[in-house]
Amino acid sequence: MFDFLWRKKTASFTGGIILDGHKHVSKIITPPIAKELVYPLFLASNRYAKSCVKIGDYVKKGQVIATPDSPLSTPIHAASSGTITAIEKRLIAHPSGLAENCIILQTDGLETVLEAEPCLDYQQQNREFLREKIHLAGIVGLGGAAFPTAKKLNNSQPIHTLIINAAECEPYISCDESLAIRSAKNIIQGTLIIQHILQTARCIIAIEDSKPEAYAALLSAIKTTDIQIQKVPSIYPAGGEKQLIQAITGQKIPAQKLIFESGFICQNIATSFAIYQAIILGMPLTERVITVTGAGIKQAQNLQAKIGTPIKDLVQACQGYTNHAEQLIMGGPMMGIALASDDIAIIKTSNCLLIEPLKQADTQPCIRCGDCAEVCPSELLPQQLYWYSRSQEWDNCTDYQLADCIECGCCDVVCPSKIPLVQAFRIAKAEITQKHRQTEQAALAKERFENQQHRKLRIAQEKAQQLAKRKAAIEKMKAAAAQRKLN
Amino acid sequence: MLVLCLIFAFLGLLLGYAYKKLKVQSDPLVEQINDLLPQTQCGQCNYIGCKPYAEAIANNEAEINQCPPNGEAGILALANLLGKEVKPLNPEFGEQKAPAVAFIIEQDCIGCVKCIPPCPVDAILGASKQMHTVIAAECTGCELCISPCPVDCIIMRPLEKSANHWQWTDHV
Amino acid sequence: MQFPTSCSPFTPSNNSVQRIMFHVIAALLPAIAVQFWFFGFSILMQICLAIGTALLTEALCLTARKRDIVSALSDGSALLTALLIAIAIPSIAPWWVVITGTLFAILIAKHIYGGLGYNPFNPAMAAYVFLLISFPLQMTQWQSPFAFLDFSNAFQLIFSEQIAFDGTTSATVLDLTKTQLHLGQNLANIQQQALFGFIADKNRELINLAYLLGGLFLLHKKIIHWAIPTAVILGLLIPASIAYSIDNSLYSSPTFHLMAGATLCCAFFIATDPVTASSSKKGRLIYGLLIGSLIYCIRTWGGYPDAAAFAVLLANLSAPSIDYYLKGK
Repeated sequence: MFDFLWRKKTASFTGGIILDGHKHVSKIITPPIAKELVYPLFLASNRYAKSCVKIGDYVKKGQVIATPDSPLSTPIHAASSGTITAIEKRLIAHPSGLAENCIILQTDGLETVLEAEPCLDYQQQNREFLREKIHLAGIVGLGGAAFPTAKKLNNSQPIHTLIINAAECEPYISCDESLAIRSAKNIIQGTLIIQHILQTARCIIAIEDSKPEAYAALLSAIKTTDIQIQKVPSIYPAGGEKQLIQAITGQKIPAQKLIFESGFICQNIATSFAIYQAIILGMPLTERVITVTGAGIKQAQNLQAKIGTPIKDLVQACQGYTNHAEQLIMGGPMMGIALASDDIAIIKTSNCLLIEPLKQADTQPCIRCGDCAEVCPSELLPQQLYWYSRSQEWDNCTDYQLADCIECGCCDVVCPSKIPLVQAFRIAKAEITQKHRQTEQAALAKERFENQQHRKLRIAQEKAQQLAKRKAAIEKMKAAAAQRKLN
Repeated sequence: MLVLCLIFAFLGLLLGYAYKKLKVQSDPLVEQINDLLPQTQCGQCNYIGCKPYAEAIANNEAEINQCPPNGEAGILALANLLGKEVKPLNPEFGEQKAPAVAFIIEQDCIGCVKCIPPCPVDAILGASKQMHTVIAAECTGCELCISPCPVDCIIMRPLEKSANHWQWTDHV
Repeated sequence: MQFPTSCSPFTPSNNSVQRIMFHVIAALLPAIAVQFWFFGFSILMQICLAIGTALLTEALCLTARKRDIVSALSDGSALLTALLIAIAIPSIAPWWVVITGTLFAILIAKHIYGGLGYNPFNPAMAAYVFLLISFPLQMTQWQSPFAFLDFSNAFQLIFSEQIAFDGTTSATVLDLTKTQLHLGQNLANIQQQALFGFIADKNRELINLAYLLGGLFLLHKKIIHWAIPTAVILGLLIPASIAYSIDNSLYSSPTFHLMAGATLCCAFFIATDPVTASSSKKGRLIYGLLIGSLIYCIRTWGGYPDAAAFAVLLANLSAPSIDYYLKGK
């Protein structure tokens, strides 16, 4: 009833915070080709690729080097020509900091390209064909989740609105913005392809109001009435799918529901560009724009980087580190992951490398100010969740909808006591998952044990029955023999 | 007087109805205990499986601290359920170990099938004179197959660390 | 090159407990200045005594609990508690009153429960009630609005309990109204007395205006949430207006209730203490309304002339339940 009192005038989604942009939009520079490109075969949770090259093989740029090994995997393509020198464990860009099997490609600098198969008449092609082409180009959501785009476009329910996400709400990151300025026309082409595949009538490109140049470029590139462009307030996390939908349509997607169940689909603007390249140019996804920035880097800029390039080579292309280089973050400062080494190679979802001084703060006790609940875009009670996760009351965590936490970090940033809330929530989520898994495993073991017990019992019973039968038969024979004797 | 009697009769009926309606459908105690046990079926508690041990606990024939795979947390859960005192794990029955699964070194396996019957969850695959193997996803790590093997070709392998199985709980 | 790893977000919090506490302390300064202007040095001495005791007790408690002294002391929470006690008690109370009160607040009301963030009751208000019950005489003798105490007068009064001149003490208007109404006086007659200023206590109502000013500053800085002060004031004004419209010779006006006693200080500085208040959105409104209406009830029908401390403690007690049943709505 009193909800209108809390609604902020500027914000059009619940919660969120205004952050300093720190964005230095620059022209996109192409760095020199790295000597070595590294491709992890581990793609994301439960998604692996299988190497289809051998050590010593020569591969061309755009050639498939690994094929999907699980239902939600995508192929990997070589980003440059050269020789496969090893398939070995290397540190990968993952919060675990673990090493996984990687294909190592030694580049020859010649950029021998595999012949492309452009498809200019995509409007004449059926959706299945285009989806397959997108799948074979190895395209995943470039916004961060790395979900295979072909799978996402295979909607079982009708989609009424396609949203192209150009919000880029995290500070420091400007790769999408500079891509929009450079390739607005191609992005629109890619968007039209997605629209053709999905057969949606409405398409909205959503962009933060702090990016006038990119907005103007996209606006002038739109030559059709099928695509609209709409500004959203620069409030973090405006780029979250549900927040973005609420910001542009006013419609609130319930916590447990997926956005496509309400007829929406979101695609990142960089994904749109990759789809243009895959269909119109016939080029697989082997390069992306990445922002290299932060106080720890000499020249912050956006690079057209080959996927698989080790971070140190990109740093080199930005004139190297300053003496503030104390931590290396892949992604933005709010939701990125800290990497242990600059030997790690960038992957398809790497949108930013942030090199910053370390900022540590002492945690103080919670004073229950409630600011965290105010900024939570998922309308959770972080403070309450924190108490429950600290006292390991996992059931209560689930009751208070821990699963809806998008780990955006807003609560951390406003917390006066500097409590690492997101970290606590991630641990709580992991504990709950683990508990769940253990219960499932125990149930399986129990079932198998009980089946075995039943089987043993049944066999024993059958044996006893047979024995009894045989005994009875012998008795019968004996009796018959005795009878004969008598006669 | 009559009114009072009627009121009481009504309240009595109401209570009776509420009792029937709101009665908690609870599992028998043995099932509740069994649900708290790890179902490794390892027999370290000196019973042939988790269910028999659960029955023994329910009949007050066994202590709650005889299950090494369950560890301290499991003892605590049992103590809470039964309203008993928390005790440390009895070392007579073994120590809690990191989770592991059995692995058959296949070139050493002679195909004697001796390891197959002891497995409580039928997780070993093999036939006479054929190489055997462990279905890792179904192995509970009970170690019951180790000693019957005449050529010692079964080893326990800890779960491998991989990015896929990694959780934020491993971060600290 | 190798780097340390940690968990996102990597943007440090731009807020701190220290920032909150020192903003509140700063917002109290105008009221203290006004009080100093009208009443003299007594208030400054109380403040010094309270702060000294609070910091010492806090340091001892932290040492005993093996906590980091510097970071906890510098958060300003003990300082704020001390300040609130010093301005809440009568400024001419003897030195041992404020010291006992502060000791109680820090030791019993705060650290016994686990220190900052864990105390269920507002320490300053718990201490106030403790003092009021233990030393009713000292706690109800207020400095007369006509008595300005210079340094030596105030020193004598507080440290050797020697009254320098007649007329240093007086009742508050809430007290006066209550006793005179009991004697069958008419409100209009009572309000003719010299203790009254424009609306409530002479001079003291200006201190209350300074509290309002400080409160608005805190609202502007978003240190406190608007819901609680608004609800406290509404909770008091609504019953006051109803009663006043029924019989204005028996019930004081809503403006009187607003400007008398500790209403404004309580609404902006005490009820808004995040640790002990309700933290859900609707909970804050209910919590504030509860305090406001309790203040009115106790003032009008209860045994004590002013009631902010009791009202706050009772509301503190119900805050967890309010939050629990609202689950953050």
